[in-house]
This record gives sequence, C-alpha cells and structure tokens, in this order.
Amino acid sequence: MRTLGTLIAPTAGSAVVARIPISAATGAEIRQRISIMPENPGLYLRLTVQENMELFASLYGLRAPGARIRRALEAVNLAGRSGDVCGRLSKGLCQRAGLARALLSEPTVMFLDQPTSGLDPVASRGVHDLINGLRERGVTVFLTSHRLEEAERLCDRVAILNTRLRSVGRPEELRTSLFRRSLVVETAAPVAVPEAVFSSGSGVDSWTSEGTTSYVLDVADPRLAAPNVTRALVAAGVDVVSITEARHSLEDVYLQLIEDDPEARR
Amino acid sequence: MMHLNGGRLVAIARKEVREYRRSRFIIGTMVVLPLIFMLDPMITIFAVGPTARAALVARAVGSTFLLLLVVPAVVPATIAAYSVVGEREQGTLEPLLTTPVRREEILLGKALASIVPSVGIAYALFAVVVVCAHLFASNPTVASTLTEGPHILAEALFAPLLAAWSIWVGTAISARSSDVRVAQQLGSLASLPPLGVTALVSFQILAPSVALAVEFGLGLLALDVALWLVVSAMFDRERLITGARAQRADGTGGGPHGEVRRIRRTGGDDGGRSDT
Repeated sequence: MRTLGTLIAPTAGSAVVARIPISAATGAEIRQRISIMPENPGLYLRLTVQENMELFASLYGLRAPGARIRRALEAVNLAGRSGDVCGRLSKGLCQRAGLARALLSEPTVMFLDQPTSGLDPVASRGVHDLINGLRERGVTVFLTSHRLEEAERLCDRVAILNTRLRSVGRPEELRTSLFRRSLVVETAAPVAVPEAVFSSGSGVDSWTSEGTTSYVLDVADPRLAAPNVTRALVAAGVDVVSITEARHSLEDVYLQLIEDDPEARR
Repeated sequence: MMHLNGGRLVAIARKEVREYRRSRFIIGTMVVLPLIFMLDPMITIFAVGPTARAALVARAVGSTFLLLLVVPAVVPATIAAYSVVGEREQGTLEPLLTTPVRREEILLGKALASIVPSVGIAYALFAVVVVCAHLFASNPTVASTLTEGPHILAEALFAPLLAAWSIWVGTAISARSSDVRVAQQLGSLASLPPLGVTALVSFQILAPSVALAVEFGLGLLALDVALWLVVSAMFDRERLITGARAQRADGTGGGPHGEVRRIRRTGGDDGGRSDT
C-alpha cells in the first residue's frame, strides 16, 4: 500500500494508480488523486476535527473548503462533532474522522488499511455502508483487511497475501478455481441405496455422506443437478429436508491456499 | 527551481502553532527557559555598582548578552526536535506525506512556526533587560553599553540565525530519531556550539565590534544555508517512513551482493531528488 501510495519506491515491477504509472516523476500527480487512511487514522490529536480537516484541505490546495469539509463530515455522521479535539474522541470516532479526511479531496482511489479495526459492529456497518457508497460513486477503494468476511462483503476483487501474493481475482472466481461445486442434501432419514439415487444420470459426479442423513454431492452445475436429485430422492420415497449449494467462504479459500502451499505453511 | 506553495506552507505553520499552543511541554519551554535566562542577566547588571570600572561593566553586559542569546538557540531546538519524531509517534507522518505537500513546504512551515515565536521572545527579553537597565540599574553606563551599535546589531542578527541553526539541527535529529525525549535532549545540546563566538565576546577574548558581528552573522548564515540543504536532503519520504533510503538501480548500497534493487528516481517535481 505504501508503494502504491508513492511513499516507498517499488523494488521491482510496475504499477498504475489512478491511470498513472508510478515513477519518480508522477509521485506528486498521483498523490493529488489518491488518499490513504492508515490503520491508525493519524489525526493530530491536539487539533479539533475541523482543524484537522482544514489542514488537509489546504494541503490538497482546496479553495474555500468549507462545503467540502461539511460534506465529508456528514458522510461519516461527524458533522456535530467537528469542534471536538481529536485526542478526546473514541477510537470509532477517530476512525470516522480519518475516513472523512480521506474523503475530503474527493480522490479517485482510496487506500484504506483495516478501516474497521477496533470498531464495534454498528460502527463497522456504518463504515461498510460508506465504502459501498464510494464504490457506487465510482471511487476505487483499495482495502486491506484481516477480516475475510469484510473482504467478501465489500470487495469486487480480492488479493490474498501470505508472505507473497497467493491469488487474486473475484471472490467467486477464487472459489471456483479451488473448490468443486457441490450440493448439500439433508434428508429426514438415511437414504437406503444412495449410490442408486445419486447416480451420474442426475448430474452428480461423486458423493460422500456426512453423518447418517447428510450428503455432499459434487456436481458440475448445481442449478441443473438440484432438481434431478430432488426428483430422484422423492421417487425413492426419501423425505427431503433441504438441498442447498455448498458455499465456500473466503476463509475456506484462504485456508485452502495455505494448505496447498508448503512455503506458506512454514 | 523549487516552486513552493504558500498556502500549504502557511497551513503547516498554522497547524504547528495550534499544536504548540495546546502542548503544556512546549508552552512550558517557551515560558520557563526565557525566564531563567532573563533572571541571571538581571541580577548581573543590577549587581554592577555605580562606580564600577568600564571593564567590569563590559563583562557584565557581555555575559548578559550571552545568556540572552541562549534563548533563541535553545527554545526552537526543543520544538524542532519534536517536529518529525512527534509526527511519527502520533502516526500523522504517513497521512501527511501522502498529500501533495512538498518536503520543503513541510520543513519551512515547521521552521516558520518555531522561529517566529522564538525570535519574538528573544527580542522581547532583550527589550525588557534594556528597559530594566535604564530604569533600575545603579550604574548608568550599563544601559548605554547594552544599546551600543554592535550589541543591537548582534542581537538583531544572531537571534534569527541562531534560531535557524537550532531548528535545522533539531529537525535533522528529529528525522533520524525514534524517541521524542532523546531527540529533544540531543537537539538542545547540538544547538549550543554557535554560542562559542558570543562566549568569547562575553569573556572579552574577542572585542565586540560591528565588523565582528557582521562576520559572525555571515558565518552563521552560511552554516544555516548548508544545514538547510542537508536537512532537506535527509527529509526523504521513504527514509522517514522506513528509516532507509531508496536504493539505486545499479544495486549500490542494496542488500547482500546488491540483489535488492530499487528503482532509481530521477527528475520529477522536485528537481531530481528522490521524493516520489
């Protein structure tokens, strides 16, 4: 993130930020179009929220920034606390003030380092809503997080790092690249002859039982296989409790990647 | 050619002043140190008897003058020593450096915020001592000696030049330091060497004169300019964040056998210095 934020020179390779290739000559130009919120919001604790905002407005060269500051503070529900000294704010409020500061310059790319770190669920939801709002406005949000459910909820594309870059892609692509698609079948009683019911004719490639009344079926196309399997179960006189497509979370993806990579397990 | 943005420079200076005003330590430094360095000169000049010889008056005025010049040397050093390491401790350095602000604007803004109050305090103290000498000193030649041309010129010239020296030294120490207190102690110590010449004058090893004041002033000015160049070069974004400067593409100064290669940064918005 520091490299993309033009703070540290790349050791190798190339990168493009806000459509501008990173180089010594383009550092200032990139910084004009981006904003960064580190994990620690980095507010001047002896200054008020308003004074922090005024400072950064001046550094971005914003003329008559009053309206911009107001909009940024309103976006994080902090307009009523603009006169508060930052050192007296709770961590959640500091995080929101940091976000407001990052919004101030109306950047095209925002780098957010663990923006919900230390926040309670309500505050986290507020930050998530804000990030979703930014995405809808066309702002590219580069988010780092240890919370994989947060990445899953917010990100269009995910890069998984563990010492080095392990994988990058849309969450769905990552899932399908690592896991076979499957159906989870719950029945009221054990299926008498499962191999007959879960035959390849119903679109099932293979199956395993998990307990006495639960079965995991590997399928190529769940939308095609689920009705076939349901019909076969009903025809066999089995009471079906549920048939759902198995959902692999990003956490499963992460763990699978680590498991597959001996270097990462070290 | 360096293009500075006045708005950004003033914004940094204003931020610094606001922080000082709300820091007990800095306010304490700005109040207590000058008072200490004013009390001793007062006692010295009031202790000069009405019939004291000219040499004794000159020595008293010399030591007064030396102590008054400690103020513009020490006060800004303490503040400047906090300037970078304080940002690092607060976690504000990274957000600050990712804005379009230039390093020269940060440095000059910070310097402006500490030089103005420091020099203001130094001039005010000098004025108070002169007025008190006029009103209360039992020996009338004390006041007239204090306001002789070389002394006035030296006070006017040396206060800002000594303050500038202290600011650049303090900032250089601050940029390489990870602890505020260590930076402030080193900064205070490093601010004192230029006072050597004024000490020689005070102890009458050198005779005060306009020529000496101008020569010493020019010397200090040259030192200040040289220090500004050094500090400006040290104020590299990457070095401030990681403690290491970007490596050159040829691998010099890189990791073992130069296998860690970094992009050489040339040209750019700052006249070719590495400041991506």
